Amino acid sequence: MTSADPGDRLTRTESRAVRARSLTLLRDLLRPHTRLLTGSAALVVTATAGQVAGPALVAATIDHAIPALDQGNSRPLLVYGVLLVVAATAAGLANGAYVRAAATISQAVLLDLRRRVFRQTQRLSLEFHETYTSGRIISRQTSDLEALRELLDGGLTGVVANLLTMTFTGVGLALLDWRSAVVLAAAMAPAWLLTRWFQRRSQVFYRRQRTASARLIVQFVETMTGMRAVQAFRREAHTEREYGRYATAYRDANLDTFSLNGRYQPGLVLIGNLTVAAALAYGGWRVLHGYLAIGVLVAALLYVKRFFAPIQQIGMFYNSFQSATAALEKLSGLLAEEPTVVEPARPVPLPAARGDLRLDQVTFRYPRGPVVLPDLDLHIPAGQTVALVGTTGAGKSTLAKLVTRFYDATSGAVLLDDVDVRDLAGADLRRNVVMVTQEAYLFSGSVRENIALGRPGATQAEIEAAARAVGAHHFILAMPEGYDTDVNKRGGRVSAGQRQLLSFARAFLADPAVLVLDEATSSLDIPGERLVQRGLKTLLAGRTAIIIAHRLSTVAGADRVLVMERGRVVEDGTPTELITAAGRYARLHAAWQDSLV
Amino acid sequence: MGRVRTPRDVARRPPVPGGELATIPALARLLPFARPALPRLAVGLLSALGASLAALAIPRVLQRIVDGPLADGVRAGGLNTLWGPVGLVLLLGLAEAGLILARRTLVMFPANDVEADLRMTLFRHLQDLPIAFHDRWPGGQLLSRSMSDLGLLRRWLVFGQIQLVVSCVTVVVGMTLLVTSTGWLGLVYLAGAAPVSVIAFRFARRFRVVSRRAQDQAGDLATTVEESVHGIRVLKAFGRGSDALASFTGQAERLRTTELAKARAQASFNVTLTLIPELTLAACLVVGALQVHGGHLTIGALTGFFATVAVMGGSVVDLGMTLSMTLNARTAVDRYFDVLTTPNPLTDPDRPTAPPSAPGGAHVRLRDVTFRYDDATRPVLEHVDLDLPAGTTTALVGLTGSGKSTLAMLIPRLFDATAGTVELDGIDVRHLRRADVRRAVAVAFEDPTLFSASVRENVLLGIDDDTEDGGPGADGTGTRHDAILEEALDVAQAGFARHLPHGVETRIGEEGLSLSGGQRQRLALARAIAAHPRVLVLDDPLSALDVATEEAVTARLRDVLRTTTTLVIAHRPSTVALADRVAVLQDGRITAVGTHSELLATDAHYRYVISSLEDDAAQHGIGTLTPPEPALDDSARDGQRDAQHDDEATGARL
Repeated sequence: MTSADPGDRLTRTESRAVRARSLTLLRDLLRPHTRLLTGSAALVVTATAGQVAGPALVAATIDHAIPALDQGNSRPLLVYGVLLVVAATAAGLANGAYVRAAATISQAVLLDLRRRVFRQTQRLSLEFHETYTSGRIISRQTSDLEALRELLDGGLTGVVANLLTMTFTGVGLALLDWRSAVVLAAAMAPAWLLTRWFQRRSQVFYRRQRTASARLIVQFVETMTGMRAVQAFRREAHTEREYGRYATAYRDANLDTFSLNGRYQPGLVLIGNLTVAAALAYGGWRVLHGYLAIGVLVAALLYVKRFFAPIQQIGMFYNSFQSATAALEKLSGLLAEEPTVVEPARPVPLPAARGDLRLDQVTFRYPRGPVVLPDLDLHIPAGQTVALVGTTGAGKSTLAKLVTRFYDATSGAVLLDDVDVRDLAGADLRRNVVMVTQEAYLFSGSVRENIALGRPGATQAEIEAAARAVGAHHFILAMPEGYDTDVNKRGGRVSAGQRQLLSFARAFLADPAVLVLDEATSSLDIPGERLVQRGLKTLLAGRTAIIIAHRLSTVAGADRVLVMERGRVVEDGTPTELITAAGRYARLHAAWQDSLV
Repeated sequence: MGRVRTPRDVARRPPVPGGELATIPALARLLPFARPALPRLAVGLLSALGASLAALAIPRVLQRIVDGPLADGVRAGGLNTLWGPVGLVLLLGLAEAGLILARRTLVMFPANDVEADLRMTLFRHLQDLPIAFHDRWPGGQLLSRSMSDLGLLRRWLVFGQIQLVVSCVTVVVGMTLLVTSTGWLGLVYLAGAAPVSVIAFRFARRFRVVSRRAQDQAGDLATTVEESVHGIRVLKAFGRGSDALASFTGQAERLRTTELAKARAQASFNVTLTLIPELTLAACLVVGALQVHGGHLTIGALTGFFATVAVMGGSVVDLGMTLSMTLNARTAVDRYFDVLTTPNPLTDPDRPTAPPSAPGGAHVRLRDVTFRYDDATRPVLEHVDLDLPAGTTTALVGLTGSGKSTLAMLIPRLFDATAGTVELDGIDVRHLRRADVRRAVAVAFEDPTLFSASVRENVLLGIDDDTEDGGPGADGTGTRHDAILEEALDVAQAGFARHLPHGVETRIGEEGLSLSGGQRQRLALARAIAAHPRVLVLDDPLSALDVATEEAVTARLRDVLRTTTTLVIAHRPSTVALADRVAVLQDGRITAVGTHSELLATDAHYRYVISSLEDDAAQHGIGTLTPPEPALDDSARDGQRDAQHDDEATGARL
C-alpha cells in the first residue's frame, strides 16, 4: 500500500487530518447543492411538523373536543379533524418531495464524485498507476462510492428531519409538561455517552472494512484478468484460498461493524424505554395526586415515545456517516494525489509542430531508483526517422517516455520545436506527439471505435484509409461485422498481432508530427510487418519518428540509428555508416542477417 | 472506453432462468445457501417479533393505566395500583431492547456467513467456467455481482427480511388489536389501509424493472472504470483522457437517470404510504371522538387506539422501505444466479481416465478438429489434423489471425474443440480431469500475465505446492524448487530477476515492480519451463526479446525441449529454429508439415509467411538452420546481465 492509502491504524493526529480531509471533500461536494439542501430541509421541517402535530391534535381532541362535544359543541372536533387532514397531507406530500430532492442531491454528488475520481485517474502520471493497482481504483469507484451513497440516500437531510423531530417533540413536551421534559433531558446523558463510544470504535472498524473491501476487489480483479494463466497453471485452488482469506477478512470487518451497531441501537432503545417508564411513573404519580390532566399525560407519553423513535434513526444515520467518512477518506486520498507530470500554468501554444526534437543535458532517474540517463544531448531534426537500438535497459524506452512526457526529466529539458515539453498544454503535446507501444490495449466496443480513438470524429473513410495503410483492412472485413465487430473484453477475439495492427491504425489516424514506436511491431508476422513497413514509409514521410525495435527489419528504413548503452548514445549514424563502421550495430546487423531465411 | 453503450450486459445476458419468477420464489433460490443459517435466522425472527410485540404492548399498558388507576383517580388511593403497570412498561421496555440485541446478534453471523459463502461459491464457479465465458463477460459486471449485489443481499438478510416479516406482522397484529378493541374504529382504519397493498403491488412491478436496470448500468460503469485503468497507457499516449471522461460521464449520467427514476417511484409510493393511513387517522379521530361522545368507546380505548396506530404507522412506513430493499435484493439475487446458473460446458468427466504417467514428452494428436467460437458463424479451425510425436518440437506457422493461438489453447483444454478430438497419449483430453491435462501441458501465453506475487511464486506457479517444504512462497532453503527456479530463470535468460531489489522474492505484477514487456515474457517462459510439463505450448514466446537475448534463449531452450513435446507458435525464422518440424496453418487448416528447409523449398505460403527476403527466399532457404553465433561477446553479455538497474526493471512498463 502506498501513502495514498491510509492503513487502519493511524496516530491521533493523522487520523484527525485524514478525517478533516474527507469532511472537506464532503462539504465541497455538497456546496453546489446548498439551495436544494435548504429546500429539502424545509420540506423535512414541513413533513416533521405535520407528523408532530398528530399527537398534539389527538391530545387536544381528547382533552378539549370530546368535552366540548359533550356540551353540544362540535366545532372543535371539526377544526381538529380538518387540521389533522391538513397536517397529514402536508406531511405526506412534503415527504414525497423530500425523497426526490434527496435523490437528486445524492445522485448529483455521486456523479460529480465519479467524474472527479475518473478525471483524477486519467490525470495522474504513470508513475502513480504503476503502484496503485487498477483494483484499488475500481474499489474507489464502486464500493467506496456506494458507502457514500448510502449516507446520502439514507438522508443527509434525513438527519435534519430526525433532529428536528426530536427538537419539536422536546419543545412540544416542554411546553406541555416541563417536568416530563426534565426526565427526557436526563436521559440524554447516557445516550450521549453511548454515542461517543460508538463513534470512537466505528471509526476504526469502518476504516478496516474499507481496506478489506479494497483488498478483496483487487484480488478479484487480478484473478479475473489473469484467468487464462490461473486455469492453465491450475491455480484455482491457490487463488481460491487467497480470495477466501480476503473474503473472510472482509466478512469479519463487516461483522465488527454490524456487532458494534448491533449494540449501539438496542442501547438507544433501552434508554428510550427506560425513559418512557420513568416518565410514566412520574406522570402517573402526579395524575394520581391531581397535578396533571390525563390527556396531558397521554400526550406527554406519546411525545417521549416519539422522541426516541428518531434517535434510532439518528443512530443508523450516524452509522452510515461513519462508513461514508471512511470511504471518503480513501477517496479524498486518491483525489489528493498530485501527478508528477504537471500541466503548465501558462502553456505555450503549439497548434502544429514541425517535429524538431532536442534533448538538452537530460538526466533521468526513477524515483528511488538509479540513474537511467546520466546526461543526454540529442537533436532530432524535424522529419527524421531515428531508430534506437540497444540491449534491454539501455534507456531506449526511457527516452521515448521523456519525449512523450509520460515522465519528466530529472534535470535538463526536452524541447519540441524549441519549446520545453513541460510548457506545452497536454492537448497540444498529445496531438503532436503520439506513442504506440507493444501492449496494444483494445477497449470494449467496435473495431471502428477502437481505431477512432486515434482521432475521435474521424469519418469511416478516414478510418478505413488508416486500416488499409497498416494492412488491417483485410482482416477487419473478414470479421463477422467488419468494422462494427465488437472486439469483446480485452480484445479476446483478436490476435496479438492484429491488436498491434489496430493500434498502428490508431496512430495513423492520429496523424502526429512526432511518432514514437516502442516495440510496436513485436507480435506481427513477417508479412504483417512488411505491410506496416510499407505503410510506415507513407506515414513517416515528413514526420519525426523514433522507432525502438528489436527487429532490425524495422530499423533498416531509418535515416539514422542510435545505438544506446547504459543511457548513453554510443553509436550514431546512418544504417550504412554504422554497418561499415564495424561497431556494435554492425555486429547486431550481421546476427540479424544470419537469422533470416 | 465505451462510446456507443448499448446495455451490453442486458443484450449479452443469456435467457435467465428465474428472471420471470415472482419475488418470493426468486429469493427462495437462496435457501440452499441459507440452510445452515436458518435456525438462527428463525430465532432471530422470533426475537424481532417479540421486540415489536413488546413495542406494541407498551401502548396497551398505557391504556390500562389511563383507564384503570388514573381514571379511578386519587379516590382509589391507587399509588400501589400504579406501580404494577409501570413495572410492566419497564419490563416490556427491557424486553424490547434485549430482544433487539438478541435479534441482531443472532442474525448477524449467519447473514454474513451466507454472504461470504455466496461470494466464495461465485468465485469458485467463475474459476471453473471456461475462458470463453470470461471473454464474453465484462469484468465490471462480475465484480459488481460479487461486491455490490452481495452487499445488498447481506443488508437485506440482516435487516430487510426480518424487518419485512416484522412490519407485516406488526401491521396485522396491530390491525387485529384495533378491530377487536375498538370495533368500528378499527374497521374504518382497516378500510383505509386496504388500497395501500394494491398500490404496493403495482409499485413492486415498476420498481423491479428500474432496479435491475440500475444495477446492470452500475456493472457497466465498473467495466468502463476497469478498462480506463487497464488501458491508461493508450489513453495517455493519444491524449484521450478527456474523451474517456466524456464517455464515462455519459454512462454515469444514464445511471443517474435510472436512479432518479427509481427515486421517483419510491417517492410516490412513500406519499401514498403516509398519506392514506394519516388521512384515515383523521377520519378515525372524528369517528372516535363521536363514539366516545356517544359512550360507545372509553377515552382509554381511544388513547390506546392512537398509541397503537402510532406504532403501526412506523411499521407501514418501514414496509415501504423494506419492500424496495427486498426488491433490490431480489434483483441482486437474479443477477447473481444469472452467473451462477451459467452452465459450464467444459467440465471434468464423470469418470475421468487416469492420466498417462509415462515420463518424457507426451504424444499429442489433433484429430479432425474443428473449432468455432460460440457466437461466430465461421469456424476458426476446420478439420485440423496434427500429430505431435512425443519429444518433438513443432513450430506452428501461419499468418496473424490464422487460428494458431486458438489451436494452441485446445491442447491444455482451455477451449474444447467444436468437433474432433484432441488426444494426449491417445486419450481424448475430455476424458481426463482438467487439472491432469494442465499438469501435463504448460503454456507460455503471448500476453504474459504476471500476478502480484514474488518472482519466485510467479515462476513456480505451475508446480503443485502440496509439498510442504520449499513450496512457492516458502523460504525454501536449497530445495528442489530452488533448483527448478534457477534452471528456469537461466533457460529463459531471466537472470535479471536475481538483481531486482529483493532478488527473486521481489514482488512483481500489478501491486509490485513493473517490468518491461521483454522481461515479463521471459518470466512467463520461465514459468512454463519450470512446470516441467510433458507438453509445452509456447505462443510466440520470443517476440519481445532482442536478437541477442533471443539467441541465448533459443540455445538453452533446445536442450530443455529435448524431452518435451513442444508446440511453438512462430512468426520468425529465429523462433522456427527451435523446432524439428514445422506445420503451416492457413485459413484454419493445416496445409503442410515438414522441416523448415523442405517447406521453404516446396511451400509458397510458408515462404510468404516466414521469409523476410521474399524474392530470394527460394535460393537462400535451402541452407541449413544452425543456431547463429551469439552476436555479443561474453563480456558484453555479462554487461547486459549486470544491467539490472535498467529502466525497465526499475519502473516503467509501457
